[in-house]
Amino acid sequence: MNMLQHLRPALVMMVLFTVVTGVVYPLVVTGVAQVALPYQANGSLLKDAHGQVVGSALIGQNFAGPGYLHPRPSAAGTNGYDATNSSGSNLGPMDKKLADRINGDAKTLNAESSAPIPADAVTTSGSGLDPDVTPANAARQIPRIAKARGMANDAVMAIIGRATEQPALGFIGQPHVNVLLVNRALDAVRPLPHRS
Amino acid sequence: MTWQGWAEIAFTLSVTIALGWPLGLYMARVWTGQKTWLDPVAHPIERGFYALCGVKPDEGQGWLGYASAFLMFSGAGFLLLYLILRVQGVLPLNPLHFAGMSPHLAFNTAISFVTNTNWQSYAGESTLSNLSQMAGLTVQNFASAAAGIAVAAALARAFAANRGEKLGNFWADLTRVTLYILLPISLVLAFVLLAQGIPQTLAASVDAKTLEGAKQTLVVGPVASQEIIKQLGTNGGGFFNANSAHPFENPNAWSNLIEEIVMNALAFGVFIAFGVVAFARKEARALVAAAAIIVSSAAALIYVNETLPTPALVHAQHVVATPNMEGKEVRFGAPSSSVWTAMTTGASDGGVNAMHESYTPLGGGIALFLIKLGEMTPGGVGSGLYGMVVMAIIAVFVAGLMVGRTPEYLGKKVEAREVKFAVLATLILPTALLGFAAIAAVLPEALKGLSANGPHGLTEILYAYGSAVGNNGSAFAGLTANAPWWDTTLGIAMGLGRFAYAIPVLAMAGSIAAKPKLAPTAGTLPTNGLQFVLLLLGVILILGGLQYFPPLALGPIVEHFQMLSANR
Repeated sequence: MNMLQHLRPALVMMVLFTVVTGVVYPLVVTGVAQVALPYQANGSLLKDAHGQVVGSALIGQNFAGPGYLHPRPSAAGTNGYDATNSSGSNLGPMDKKLADRINGDAKTLNAESSAPIPADAVTTSGSGLDPDVTPANAARQIPRIAKARGMANDAVMAIIGRATEQPALGFIGQPHVNVLLVNRALDAVRPLPHRS
Repeated sequence: MTWQGWAEIAFTLSVTIALGWPLGLYMARVWTGQKTWLDPVAHPIERGFYALCGVKPDEGQGWLGYASAFLMFSGAGFLLLYLILRVQGVLPLNPLHFAGMSPHLAFNTAISFVTNTNWQSYAGESTLSNLSQMAGLTVQNFASAAAGIAVAAALARAFAANRGEKLGNFWADLTRVTLYILLPISLVLAFVLLAQGIPQTLAASVDAKTLEGAKQTLVVGPVASQEIIKQLGTNGGGFFNANSAHPFENPNAWSNLIEEIVMNALAFGVFIAFGVVAFARKEARALVAAAAIIVSSAAALIYVNETLPTPALVHAQHVVATPNMEGKEVRFGAPSSSVWTAMTTGASDGGVNAMHESYTPLGGGIALFLIKLGEMTPGGVGSGLYGMVVMAIIAVFVAGLMVGRTPEYLGKKVEAREVKFAVLATLILPTALLGFAAIAAVLPEALKGLSANGPHGLTEILYAYGSAVGNNGSAFAGLTANAPWWDTTLGIAMGLGRFAYAIPVLAMAGSIAAKPKLAPTAGTLPTNGLQFVLLLLGVILILGGLQYFPPLALGPIVEHFQMLSANR
């Protein structure tokens, strides 16, 4: 039989593929990575002075207090920034739920400042775990952060500037500000009076 | 739109297409069994593979033998993966204690990865153990890509043959493509991606206590090793639900650029390798040109649309209404997301770095259109090439009808038998897509899964079946696809899109191989110049455009005009 003569190669080949590409290959990469690039291989974890992991430099988190830089809205999990449930909103541009959500968020942000609201401040990201905001979004939050911490606007602006990444080669990707890096730097410079 | 945005799009596409040449020249050496500098390491492993499988690599197979081997290998892969997914609950490397998949989800997932589609009805981080990701999915990322490239190699040999019968040996092609191309490139680039921040660990999660005192559980795993082959093999199935929008799959501009280049360069490389092996370098260049023109135009059009104002932003007070950032990451913005979307839907990759469902109607509509053209711009690795050759054969046939002369392509007469097989292959896409979509559009069981009504809901249906039958795998992800109707019909659509396409192509290859190789005469239509590129573009666009214009008009096009009027 034409088909049956292929039975042995098909089965054995599948086993060999599993061993070589499914076991040896990922384990070799894991082994070398854990030795050569342990920080990246384990998730770019950031720790506090006591060694407690406070988050990943690459994964966004919720920040609600006025003294912190706030991230974008998030559709990951029920309360946002649930890193076990990465997801976008998947709302289409004409969806009424999208319009209602953006309207509500815009009202809150308009109460806080009269500056125009950049699009990223009222939209959810594709992953729901976007670690960044745009420089315009960050700049809009400076007065609130400065007031809550009793800092000068310029000092907050300088911290944001240091956490801002420009496009690679000047034109690949977009400028972005890492929210967690800013908030860690803020806490280091001027801890909030009441930490729960 | 900004000049940086246009520069990024142009740069990404040019580098990708240019890299097709070195990759293709190398691939041609691998297809023809020539020496490579990897021989000292790879050759002994290759010999071991043949010995254990009991195959003779030099023993050529006719089209039926080649096709049977391809089917048997895919069948074995399907069974093994189905089994792993069903019983992962009792297998090791499952620290988060995920249960086995349901029968319909395991069926859908197994067929999805075996057919190089990588449609995902599940969320990886809350469904799959590290063992399933590595020994299940990563394996099929290699296997399905290698099998696709093997079929392309067989087609190239058919055009090179002069009254030949054999298309090569499937097992040898499969082994060589994996050991000399896919695995070494993945091994090197996995570390480049790792250095950008993609995790690679056997741990499954880390708990963090945020600065505000909340708990956040970070899911990690062996991501980098899977990420690179996901892109290189135009697979597209993410480790995480959010795919390459997830910062752990795609942390920055560099990782994004590498993933983009990798997902199209090898597919273009197959075009070049085909040209070398079939003694048709100039003709292969024409095929590359046609693919490049379509994917580049699509990228530009998507970028234009994604910088249009959208109604929800326009009508909210004091909001800057552009770009359309819903579903996009700040580090990528509109340009990186737009060029990625064109490349992933042009290439049957299906990985996403932004959510297509939240795109503007025409931004998402162009992605859908690229899928419907049949995944050949440049298409999946291997499958894109044979899709494009099928179009070229239809193009010379159409030209032949105009002048009343038996057409030729690459020195082979194209006669009734070849045209029948070519048309049979191209009919699978519209039949399965429109057939299933028509049923789903009126079936309450199917409509339950939709997240939107009206034109957007219709686009969700069209996109799902297009993505499945085109073996793309991206989605309008609002659709809740993990239900018996969707899992099963999408699974069948994926199987048809892969095998009911590749088998007629192999049959066509068998018939082409048996013909004498003719020298071109004064009456032969040149298939290497601008004239042929335009003819080919016409055939691709008319086949894609005419077949799908009515549903596209009712979906994305109508929604576009609704959006424009809502912006006022």
